[in-house]
Amino acid sequence: MTGPAAGGGAAASSGQPAVAQTDPGRTISTRRGTELFLLGFAAVLVTGAFVLVEANQEKQLSLRIVWYGLAFLASFAIAHLAVRRWAPYADPLILPCVALLNGLGLVVIYRIDLAQTEKFAGSDTPWADAAPRQLAWVAIALVLFLAAMYWVKDHRTLSRYAYTFGLVGLIALALPGALPAAISEVNGSKVWIRLGPLSIQPGEFAKILLMIFFAGFLVSKRDLFTSAGRKFLGMELPRARDLGPVLAAWAVSVGVLVLEKDLGNSLLFFGIVLVMLYMATERIAWVVVGLSLFVGGALLAYNMFAHVQSRVHAWLDPFADYDTGGFQIAQSLFAFGTGGVGGTGLGAGRPEMLLNQANSDFITAVIGEELGFIGLAGVLMIYMLLAMRGMRSALAVRDTFGKLLGAGLSFALVLQVFVVVGGVTTLIPLTGLTAPFLSAGGSSVMANYILVALLLRISDAARRPQQKARPQPQQAPIAEAHTVMVERPQ
Amino acid sequence: MPELVVQLTRAGFLALLWLFVLFALRVIRSDIYAASGIKVNVPGFRRSEPKKPKGSKSPRQMVVTHGALAGTRISLDGRPILIGRADDSTLVLDDDYASTRHARLSLRGHDWYLEDLGSTNGTYLDRAKVTAPMRVPLGAPIRIGKTVIELRT
Repeated sequence: MTGPAAGGGAAASSGQPAVAQTDPGRTISTRRGTELFLLGFAAVLVTGAFVLVEANQEKQLSLRIVWYGLAFLASFAIAHLAVRRWAPYADPLILPCVALLNGLGLVVIYRIDLAQTEKFAGSDTPWADAAPRQLAWVAIALVLFLAAMYWVKDHRTLSRYAYTFGLVGLIALALPGALPAAISEVNGSKVWIRLGPLSIQPGEFAKILLMIFFAGFLVSKRDLFTSAGRKFLGMELPRARDLGPVLAAWAVSVGVLVLEKDLGNSLLFFGIVLVMLYMATERIAWVVVGLSLFVGGALLAYNMFAHVQSRVHAWLDPFADYDTGGFQIAQSLFAFGTGGVGGTGLGAGRPEMLLNQANSDFITAVIGEELGFIGLAGVLMIYMLLAMRGMRSALAVRDTFGKLLGAGLSFALVLQVFVVVGGVTTLIPLTGLTAPFLSAGGSSVMANYILVALLLRISDAARRPQQKARPQPQQAPIAEAHTVMVERPQ
Repeated sequence: MPELVVQLTRAGFLALLWLFVLFALRVIRSDIYAASGIKVNVPGFRRSEPKKPKGSKSPRQMVVTHGALAGTRISLDGRPILIGRADDSTLVLDDDYASTRHARLSLRGHDWYLEDLGSTNGTYLDRAKVTAPMRVPLGAPIRIGKTVIELRT
């Protein structure tokens, strides 16, 4: 073949850069090998964790370990192949980080199952194992991941449906609040839709849909937010009439708080809007305005709602009302204290003390107990790496929509981790979010896998070398040409 | 299980966990150096590419020396560099005298060539107006509006 190196050859990162005169660029390594290596490493770690749990529980190594291990390996092998096929230039760190977090989460959930089964052994309501259910959710999430990878060939197409996504997201967010409590209420917060055995949290998906909407909206309406207003304390305040979208976001998050009694999602939603607005405009004034709105809303909520008050009291002094509201937080602090620097070792802690939230909201406390400060810091580092790679892809990608969406998705992950870990360690009041990829919970896993698929897609677009112009086919002079049907160019 | 084994496996798992983090950080490090054009060898991660002959004076980066973006550096990785006010340019100028798509630097063989993309106010290479693609020597000033750019090693 003459001329530029064939398009297919560029994907395989085989050695020699093309030396043709017209193709000066050296081939960019796709780095899929690195991804495979790190995925293998993650698999070793997860298997090791599993063996340690079994050993510390003084159990015979059972056949179950093989099944879990194989299921884990198979799902990430499929994900890796999908990335090779559909996003060959994607970031090599995102998928291994997700694999490790998810695998560790599965091991810890399994470990909590063991403890709870023992605890409930005598009672008449035996503990329903969460690990097989979680594994099934991961499988479904993987299918969604593949679907998102396959359908979203270019993240920019998403911006065309921004308003549709926004509407659907808003409905999904509001739906549990509007439904009767019998369908939507679990543990006091109305964020569920329960249909028979299935229960999902539409808010998790709404988060992503609304982020797509905001990215699209901010790209098209960016000028609206940058027009100058009055100067105050060295920063330019936005004009009063431009405050509309921020006020709308604030109203929605307050609505979530009031109707669904969901502190976590309300905080998450408002934080994401603020940060995306800040990233789109680079104006600190929006953050100041947003934070003052947030403080106002928080004070209002504290004075109006008993459940907010009890959360705040439990945060300020968990041991004051140990028997009622502060019990779980106090137990989580005990867990961290028991863990100390090095932890008790996997399988040697007492996660059953954290009641039945141990495998969802308090899973980081279980990790803090069994892996200690060193282990939990490692897990937090992996979250940070994941978000950092997302942010880097957002910086590198060429289009503003991709930048905003990528940065928003990465920030959502970090904020969620901050809210969860901050709540469990009593840095901030406990709000009840799930730790992404770690916690048991179908909706969270599914939504986060879609989020990762979008991040991979954006990072693929960021690193993919620009496509070379195709050689124009030789055409007959227009006067001699026959009439032919041509396809409209995409 | 004997106590010693428990302690060893406990520490070993934590060490492995952090080893994963360190490996990931190495990947990030190699990325950073790759972007700045400095070659770094990460064992086990990349098959070694044939080394270029040493002492070749091929430019490694593009530096903005004057204008609003002075100090900006862009590493040259072989891909063409678009300069202009368009959002998708490699170097996005915010200069009233620059056109949307002003000029392009591209690599032919071992040399970088500058071509003007039909700009309104023209592109100058060391005082000569660029009409056809011109080879850019190291350190020669490229003028676009109020911005001056140089290629450096």
